[in-house]
Amino acid sequence: MARYILKRIGLAILTVFLICLLTFFLMNAIPGGPFNSEKALSKATIQALNERYNLDKPIIVQFGLYMKNLLKGDFGVSLKTGRDIKEIIGESFPISARLGLTAVIIALVAGTIFGSVAALMRNKLPDRIIIFISTLFTAVPSFVLATFLLLIFCIKLGWFPVWSATETNYVLPVISLAMYPMAYTTRLAKTSMLDALSQDYIRTARAKGVSRWIIIFKHALRNSLLPVITYAGPEIAYIITGSMVVETVFTVGGIGSKFVNAITNRDYTMIMATTIFLASLMVVANVICDLLYKAVDPRIKYE
Amino acid sequence: MSEYDVNKTPKKQVLSMQLDLSKFEKATEEEKKQQDVMSESTTFLKDGLRRLRKNRLAMASLIVLAIILVIIIVAPMVVPYSYDEILKVNGVRDKGAKNLAPFTYSVLEQEYIDAGNFRFPHIFGTDEQCRDYFIRVVYGTRVSLVVGFFASIIVLIIGLIYGSISGYAGGRTDLIMMRIVDMIYSLPDMLVIILLSVVLGSVLKFKGGSFLASIGANMISMFIVFGVLYWVGMARLIRAQILSIKENEYVLAAKSIGAKPGRIIRKHILPNCLSVIIISTALQIPSAIFTESYLSFVGLGVSAPMPSLGSLANAAREGLQSYPYKLVFPAVAICLVVLSLNLIGDGLRDAFDPKLSR
Repeated sequence: MARYILKRIGLAILTVFLICLLTFFLMNAIPGGPFNSEKALSKATIQALNERYNLDKPIIVQFGLYMKNLLKGDFGVSLKTGRDIKEIIGESFPISARLGLTAVIIALVAGTIFGSVAALMRNKLPDRIIIFISTLFTAVPSFVLATFLLLIFCIKLGWFPVWSATETNYVLPVISLAMYPMAYTTRLAKTSMLDALSQDYIRTARAKGVSRWIIIFKHALRNSLLPVITYAGPEIAYIITGSMVVETVFTVGGIGSKFVNAITNRDYTMIMATTIFLASLMVVANVICDLLYKAVDPRIKYE
Repeated sequence: MSEYDVNKTPKKQVLSMQLDLSKFEKATEEEKKQQDVMSESTTFLKDGLRRLRKNRLAMASLIVLAIILVIIIVAPMVVPYSYDEILKVNGVRDKGAKNLAPFTYSVLEQEYIDAGNFRFPHIFGTDEQCRDYFIRVVYGTRVSLVVGFFASIIVLIIGLIYGSISGYAGGRTDLIMMRIVDMIYSLPDMLVIILLSVVLGSVLKFKGGSFLASIGANMISMFIVFGVLYWVGMARLIRAQILSIKENEYVLAAKSIGAKPGRIIRKHILPNCLSVIIISTALQIPSAIFTESYLSFVGLGVSAPMPSLGSLANAAREGLQSYPYKLVFPAVAICLVVLSLNLIGDGLRDAFDPKLSR
């Protein structure tokens, strides 16, 4: 077990390093330096600036310096706004984290409930309705759903305020983020519940005279949860990328919309820093999900 | 000597195999009929297609998709506008044709019609740059479908070659090739896609007039991105299939008569994992369309005058309050295309590989 955990963490660190490497060299492949602005600078100034920011050094050395600063928690400065990126992340990430975590929890819990209900009432009306809706929502991209919710509930009906610094309402962004993973979890939970219900141990329990509810909760549900937990990793990745567009649509000042802004403004240092930050987050989430999965199901062997 | 009668002839030996015919009776006509072949023998493909045809949901989706395909092929021939054409009446730029509602005409156009001329209606209205919106949505759907289809083909080809080599070779080759796959697999794909799109978008510049320039650097970079990242899932799947198939006797038989590895893979192994390949390719298309629309929405999709469903939906956010129909058309188009492709993929999976059905 301990060996497995160590190996998994080692792999995660390697992945994060790989991401940093990839990000750094890809960003450096873009033609044009940071000082190629509209105002022409004299050669001497550019040289002085390059020296000041170590841009005259070989690229490997630059990468080493960048990594050294990253380990110290220094992400550098935004090219366009000139602000410290660490500060920007510090104030925007909590908003996104709250949004994302709520969405993850709602998607997992509601998805499991709906999926189990559908499995228990197989081929009856509730099953049909749940499967119809979840099939429908696996075809709706989050930005489409977000824009429609914004249009209907904020603009036309006025039930929810449009997001601003003073008006923060998480309901609509959370719904638009959670809908797709919820629909997916529902379908997943239904099949794994059906699978669990057809197992021999359920028949044995029934034959022993165990009550229906104990069978469902203690025997079937616990076993059907395993595939749902495996999906948690990809789900978190989906929510992180989904939050970029959803935050942009609702003008939520989270890290996702900052990232999209950086892309549209071609703010390369900001893109680099947020990519590394979000990618590391995904890698960490994946490790936790993996370990959790192995801890929950003792049948899985540690490689 | 009288006629030979088996029942009267005594057994020569106790252990003789000689049959006692009295214990048998002739088959009746009915019983003989049961041996007749009732229908033609079926092949794997025919059997799957028969099951697919029974799946009403999948067939309905197929019809919806066919209708969409016909519309996006025929519409540009019928509608006299083009996707980047600013509307003109009698050669004069029609400045009033901005943000028209569906099936309405601008003042200039109305005068033109009143003068007894024919003006093709703006089925979905027009956009803020006086362009016909219907033809833009049609082209957007075209772009999305083309990206989805070709991206899946690229993924299929790379995954197929890589997976079959790795699976067939086995041993150390397999180990190293799969470690590379693991590494790419562990990268957060969407973030790397965004990153690559940002970089390739500014690195790739094509000379005007060439074929590549007409598709646009962003579109090319999107194909590269799909090709670089998404093949790993396919490669893993095909490798797993090949690992189990190559243990079969017919592969051993082929090997023993001296067939080369390339021939064995092509003739004996790949046809046997065809169903898995078809199904996962079919399910890859909608997910590629999703990714493309997402990238276009963020602003990394196809380049400017060429529309895509994602970029149309993104553009519709401006003036959402006044012109909500501009969001509705591309949004419904994405959902319809993805939904029908999803259902067809599910139908194919149920029809061709009952084991896989979830």
